[in-house]
Amino acid sequence: MDLFFVNIIDGLVFGLLLFMLSSGLTLIFSMMGVLNFAHASFYMLGAYFAYQISTVLGLGFLAGLIVAPIIVGIAGAGIERYGLRRVHQYGHVPELIFTFGLALLVQEVVKLFWGQNQVPYAEPAWLDFALFNIGENSIEAYKVFMILISMLIFGGLLYILTKTRIGMIIQAALSYPKTVEALGHNVPMVFMGVFGVGTALAGVAGVIAGPALGTFPGMAFTLGSIVFVTIVVGGLGSLWGALAASLLIGWITTFAAAYNFEFKTILLALGMEEPALIWDSKLRDLWTLTLPQIGPILPYVLMVAILVFRPQGLMGKREA
Amino acid sequence: MRKSIKLGVSAALAVAITATAGFAENIKIAFIDPLSGPFATTGTNGLAEWTFAADELVNKQGGVLGGTNFEVVAFDNKMSGKESLVQLQVAIDQGIRFIAQGNSSGIAGAITEAVNKHNRRNPDDRVLFINYSAVDPALTNDNCNFWHFRFDANADIKMDALTDVMAQDDGIEKVYLIGQDYSFGKAVAAAAVRDLGNKRPDVEIVGNELHPIGKVKDFTPYARKIVASGANAVITGNWGSDMVGLGKAIIDSGFDGPIYTYYAASNGITRTFGADGKGTIRLVAEGAINPPASDRAAAYVEAFEAKYPDHDISQARIANAVEMLAKAIDEAGSADDVVKIAYALEGMEHDSIWGGKLYMRPQDHQMIQNVHIQQHTDDGVTFPLDNSEYGLVVESTVEMAAMDSPTTCKMDKP
Repeated sequence: MDLFFVNIIDGLVFGLLLFMLSSGLTLIFSMMGVLNFAHASFYMLGAYFAYQISTVLGLGFLAGLIVAPIIVGIAGAGIERYGLRRVHQYGHVPELIFTFGLALLVQEVVKLFWGQNQVPYAEPAWLDFALFNIGENSIEAYKVFMILISMLIFGGLLYILTKTRIGMIIQAALSYPKTVEALGHNVPMVFMGVFGVGTALAGVAGVIAGPALGTFPGMAFTLGSIVFVTIVVGGLGSLWGALAASLLIGWITTFAAAYNFEFKTILLALGMEEPALIWDSKLRDLWTLTLPQIGPILPYVLMVAILVFRPQGLMGKREA
Repeated sequence: MRKSIKLGVSAALAVAITATAGFAENIKIAFIDPLSGPFATTGTNGLAEWTFAADELVNKQGGVLGGTNFEVVAFDNKMSGKESLVQLQVAIDQGIRFIAQGNSSGIAGAITEAVNKHNRRNPDDRVLFINYSAVDPALTNDNCNFWHFRFDANADIKMDALTDVMAQDDGIEKVYLIGQDYSFGKAVAAAAVRDLGNKRPDVEIVGNELHPIGKVKDFTPYARKIVASGANAVITGNWGSDMVGLGKAIIDSGFDGPIYTYYAASNGITRTFGADGKGTIRLVAEGAINPPASDRAAAYVEAFEAKYPDHDISQARIANAVEMLAKAIDEAGSADDVVKIAYALEGMEHDSIWGGKLYMRPQDHQMIQNVHIQQHTDDGVTFPLDNSEYGLVVESTVEMAAMDSPTTCKMDKP
């Protein structure tokens, strides 16, 4: 039972982290129709910039937390303004290729400046202690800090999108981009703003995930694909959908990795007999399979199921 | 104009030819390992160690055969088996007779097979395979051959040494085994179950699992399981970011027992673990640089760090391989007759620069040597790793580990 509560908290931490990435991506995707392959690269840049500011320059963790996402956001807005917008006139495929190339470019640039190895970007000392214990497991203060930051960002985003004028324009542009343009709003400006804020959010995610999950050139690649799964499952353009899908996927992957459930038990329950020589059995893969081994593919199974049975996603309004 | 260019080219060619002819031909060692791509840091570090060892231990000591120098020639295999075989052929075509490779047992398996085939078909230009790092036990058991020499302790020997040390620690009652889901991870787990069962049947193995390699985003759930299982010790063969992620998650979850590893050092790992890993991370390996075995070893490491400040002596066995190869060439009296050199290497005993004896077991060409359990710490570190304050310090040593271990190797000797 202790382990259950620990996993609830860990899943929440990972889910909220995914949310920070997917919230920006889902807005960008639904508004601009751009499948931004480079989104996770901005997450990586956030972590590396924060490492540079907090550790190499020695300005402390908070300086990194504030400055790094701003730099990432400005870089994102600049890339939209001077790169994506020019490519936009040629259609979606060139845009797709542009962001794909950008992702590769960012990875190489990161390797060039910071090297192939993992960099020692660590939790600040004032958060690096066990806040409380559940059973034998200790919950670090840093994890709670991650939860608080993500909650804060979710609240802020929700407020801006639902209570402010700019939020209303964004909302309208999500559903009826052509109409909003026809009404005379500066849609390209809105696009640039959304792209900048979206990438800055990814930057924040990188800043706080870097110490927990490791800061290395492969970090964008390992998280990149799962973020797309999140926005498809959640529904395009839906902030609540992104939150729900992120938490769902966070808990699924955490619980799948935490329990060594063996598929053998299902086969035995079905009345099958365990073969004496497991390697000669046709079902040998099923006999030896455990839940943690298939954990990483479960989000993709979920995505396929959602696309088949509810193509608009959990809370989306438009079809994917 | 055209004529003068032609003239210039031929003149340059002539100069180049006379220049090489002026010196005795170097003895070339082909270094085939990843020098680009995700594993390039390990490869370039190995290359630095090889080049330095050849210069320092052979060339500066007057070379072999009365004045011939060693030269390490780098070939980039991009960590691919196919590319490795292409590079092997290029090396052989250049007349190189000594092939050094170490990263990935899969690639080592492909090379040892290709070398065996080549030597059978081309008795006039045979080559030797110096495996300095690939630890799959099969290479000196079922898949052994006369041309392959392994200078590292294989995975079974390391586990044998590790469990020897664990067997003496009464504090260890429950052990958790976790590794990457592929051949090496499985081999480590199987060896741990077997050796612990033999030496400490009272120790309970509370977990034995494999996780997808390079795919786990967050190791926290695994760490929670390990802590909840009540284990006092963890054994893992993980490397790269899987090692750092797992280790950090376990430590952050409040685990304070030893985490026994094979590869949790250098290439940024030592620096990333830093203070968190102190008192927890242990590493089983041959060759130790802290404390330095002798003034000679200390001077060697110091000179290396001065020449390559961004690299570490992370594979001490490379120095052993270079010294023993030089000795074998001198004994054989020829750098071309690799059969004679192989016979000289077989059964060779040598005093390692890192202290202790080395013995190349003739029946399987597996080096028998001291294996150490080392601790990640900043206390008493003469030579830290990764330009940090942390490094590895020897905690306990198993002398001539697994000297009498059985082998299934049956090699045809020419």
